[in-house]
Amino acid sequence: MNRFAELLDRLAYEPARNNKLRLITDYLRATPDPERGWALAALTGALSFRHAKPALIRTLIAERTDPVLFALSYDYVGDLSETVALMWPAPARRVPSPASGGGLGRGPATAPPPDELRSSTSPASGRGEEAKAPTLTDVVETLSSLGKAELPAQLARWLDGLDETGRWALLKLVTGGLRIGVSARLAKTAAAALGEHTAQDVELVWPGLAPPYLELFAWLEGRAERPVTTDPSPFRPAMLSHAIEESDFSTLDPAEFTAEWKWDGIRVQAVSGRDEDGTRVSRLYSRTGEDISKSFPDLADALQHDGALDGELLIVRDGRVQTFNVLQQRLNRKAVTAKLIAEFPVHLRAYDLLHDGEQDLRELGFAERREKLAAFISKLNDPRIDLSPLVPFDTWDALTAARADPASAGAGEDAAAVEGVMLKRRDAPYVPGRPKGLWWKWKRDPLIVDAVLMYAQRGHGKRSSYYSDYTFGVWKSGPDGDQLTPVGKAYFGFTDEELLKIDRFVRHNTVERFGPVREVVHEPDQGLVFEVAFEGLQRSTRHKSGLAMRFPRISRLRFDKPPRDADRIETLERMLDRIEAGRATTVAPAIESPKAVVS
Amino acid sequence: MRPDQLLAPTPSGLCCKPGGFYIDPVRAVDRALITHGHSDHARPGHGSVLATQETLDMMRLRYGENFAGSTQAIRYGETVTLDGVTATFRPAGHVLGSAQIAVESGGLRIVASGDYKDAYDPTCAPFELVKCDVFITEATFGLPVFRHGDAAHEVAKLLHSVSVFPERAHLVGAYSLGKAQRVIALIRQAGYDKPIYLHGAMEKITYYYESRGIPLGPFLPVRGAAKTDLAGSIALCPPSALNDVWARRFPDPVTAFASGWMRVRARARQGGIQLPLVVSDHADWDGLTATIAATGASEVWVTHGQEDALVHWCQMRQLKARPLAIVGYGDEDEGATPADEATE
Ligand SMILES: [Zn+2]
Ligand SMILES: [Zn+2]
Repeated sequence: MNRFAELLDRLAYEPARNNKLRLITDYLRATPDPERGWALAALTGALSFRHAKPALIRTLIAERTDPVLFALSYDYVGDLSETVALMWPAPARRVPSPASGGGLGRGPATAPPPDELRSSTSPASGRGEEAKAPTLTDVVETLSSLGKAELPAQLARWLDGLDETGRWALLKLVTGGLRIGVSARLAKTAAAALGEHTAQDVELVWPGLAPPYLELFAWLEGRAERPVTTDPSPFRPAMLSHAIEESDFSTLDPAEFTAEWKWDGIRVQAVSGRDEDGTRVSRLYSRTGEDISKSFPDLADALQHDGALDGELLIVRDGRVQTFNVLQQRLNRKAVTAKLIAEFPVHLRAYDLLHDGEQDLRELGFAERREKLAAFISKLNDPRIDLSPLVPFDTWDALTAARADPASAGAGEDAAAVEGVMLKRRDAPYVPGRPKGLWWKWKRDPLIVDAVLMYAQRGHGKRSSYYSDYTFGVWKSGPDGDQLTPVGKAYFGFTDEELLKIDRFVRHNTVERFGPVREVVHEPDQGLVFEVAFEGLQRSTRHKSGLAMRFPRISRLRFDKPPRDADRIETLERMLDRIEAGRATTVAPAIESPKAVVS
Repeated sequence: MRPDQLLAPTPSGLCCKPGGFYIDPVRAVDRALITHGHSDHARPGHGSVLATQETLDMMRLRYGENFAGSTQAIRYGETVTLDGVTATFRPAGHVLGSAQIAVESGGLRIVASGDYKDAYDPTCAPFELVKCDVFITEATFGLPVFRHGDAAHEVAKLLHSVSVFPERAHLVGAYSLGKAQRVIALIRQAGYDKPIYLHGAMEKITYYYESRGIPLGPFLPVRGAAKTDLAGSIALCPPSALNDVWARRFPDPVTAFASGWMRVRARARQGGIQLPLVVSDHADWDGLTATIAATGASEVWVTHGQEDALVHWCQMRQLKARPLAIVGYGDEDEGATPADEATE
């Protein structure tokens, strides 16, 4: 458990994906079965047991520490699990490392150091038995069968045996507060790297496997055959698109493509089939292969088709597709209640068919699959599942017009849930990953304002020596005349070269420092203007300006423009009015959904 | 004699009126006894300075030949008598040459421990316990969440990371006096024998440690090294350089920081650290409390750091305790994270 805790600890500080991969692979290579299998389960979110309540942790620590010291410590650290992990009075039993001759300060014995007198804090869990560091396997296996009444004493014994990092990870794990910052996909990719395999290979066998994945590791390390998938409704790795650029159109022939609306929902794969006993097994997967059936039982449990559909999960009320904003309200709720389901009914708008019963269609061209899909959907005759309509066009100009005004180009009342168009080559097979030239997404033109840089903060990882996170504002009239009011933050959109320029500007124009943040000069004729592009706008009580941007980014540096010529808050308010009147672009919440970042 | 007649806090620092001297004064005084070479304790401009040879040498390195009117070196275990008051220097285990000063008069003994630690450190003499009536302690890590563990284990973490990422540079932020040399010594003890790269600001002091019989090399200067040479290397620099433009010369560096503050995640995250190494030159909570108890002191004065918790702990043990609230300590060594010191 200590070793696994160290991995989690390291992952928490490491921002780069490739480095995370290396760390996980290194751990999986160095750790024996079944420990590494349980670790992989923890990383992929496949572990489940009843969680301990924070109140239990508080009781345990209150029995062992002075309340004033605990309060001062909690106040300083700011996180319950971490505070408890650090101040847990473990028996003074640290293993001396050979090099140091003892971590507690046993130097050459010229004079006795006081640590001889260090209070060997009474073994917290009592019972006189020597506390041993539990393995992750111990923890998982014990928790699966442990009665509620036995949990406090067991937890205390484990805490006695672990070091600070181990205690932190254990407490996060048992309280369900472990945020590793690693997707299941990333963990599987790391496992695949144990052998000459890809994440797709692992993904294909994954649904038939269960922790601690002995047969998976045996196969990855070349000691056994590939595990056989017996899962009747496995995930198939998704095909993704590239963002299209203006310059791409000249190289593309419109006759070779079909277009559909790009719906602003959640990409899902709906798979259903029967197992050996004839029982139906249905699942909804996210596009990375996470099983999200539990969040959408109204759709998942209703699936009755034999096959695998690819499509968009949307909220549909009275036949009208709702915006992502509405879907977000359902996603924000933890408990899926009957009321929530009735209020936010989910719907699948299908755009591809990967499997029709036993038949794998992925090698067929898109046009052919689409025909089969249309037939499949009409035969299914399920009000919750329909076909994503095509957008007819014969020239790029015609498609441009449709994209600019989806409402009159067929989307009608659903236009507010359209975030652009998708282009798919008629002859494209379904290729997992992001193949070049087959699928394109063409998002709607973003909203744009000119705003003034106000604060800059250092970035993370590779960018930690650069001021790369920016808060910008627009003009607003106040009692003392016009003042800049912050309206958003952005940390991408610029090139590396532009980053250097901004970083230099920040360092030379700092007016005040607050820790890692610098206030940058922003006067009417002194300061830096950014052209900021964003995807949507909504009212927000959390922001001083009353507005929140969705997905803002720096689209251009305007060193040529004096700050006084930047936009005013009224400009944003007009945009918002238009959006709310339902005529202009997307209405979506100001969250940076992972979807927004990677799609 | 009452304790505060022998030693008392003043705006210039701890003053021994009957003996006519100050300990670690923060302003220039006639006669100063200095515990160790960190700049918040060892300041220039005093009339005379009494300290260990190493502390005097470090002051000379930092401030130049004329850092004091006169100097006198004293060995561990040696006693001087100043106007009837005796002062004895004992190892504090903090950095090379660091000392506690036991001040004694009329049967009353007060120990001013300066900065100290009771953990193993191959670069300095180990802390020596001195029984006393009043113990003056620091409280840099005076909260029960600060438990520093085994520094060798932290260095093992660093070396493991070097083996997982052989093409990246490992940039270790460490305070130039003491911490850096201790980390290097532990790296050497762990069997790493390749040259270690040094930031220019820590060359002089590191070579000084070597001249005192503490082998640490081989070294190479970061200055002038090619990016390709720095791949796979371990380099040490002052914490402020970690986020400085200086750090851009390293290929995809893993930024590590060796400090007791790294025990708390928010502190590590704040500094943009990827590999926090919990290595401290100050006693942790267990070290502070064990030491206080072992001195047998019935009264405890706390100079600087997180004094609230430590004073509370003393009071729970029926020990008289009070913070001295001397302004000016903790400006160097572990007093800061590499938050915002970048210069160009
Ligand atoms: Zn010091
Ligand atoms: Zn100090």
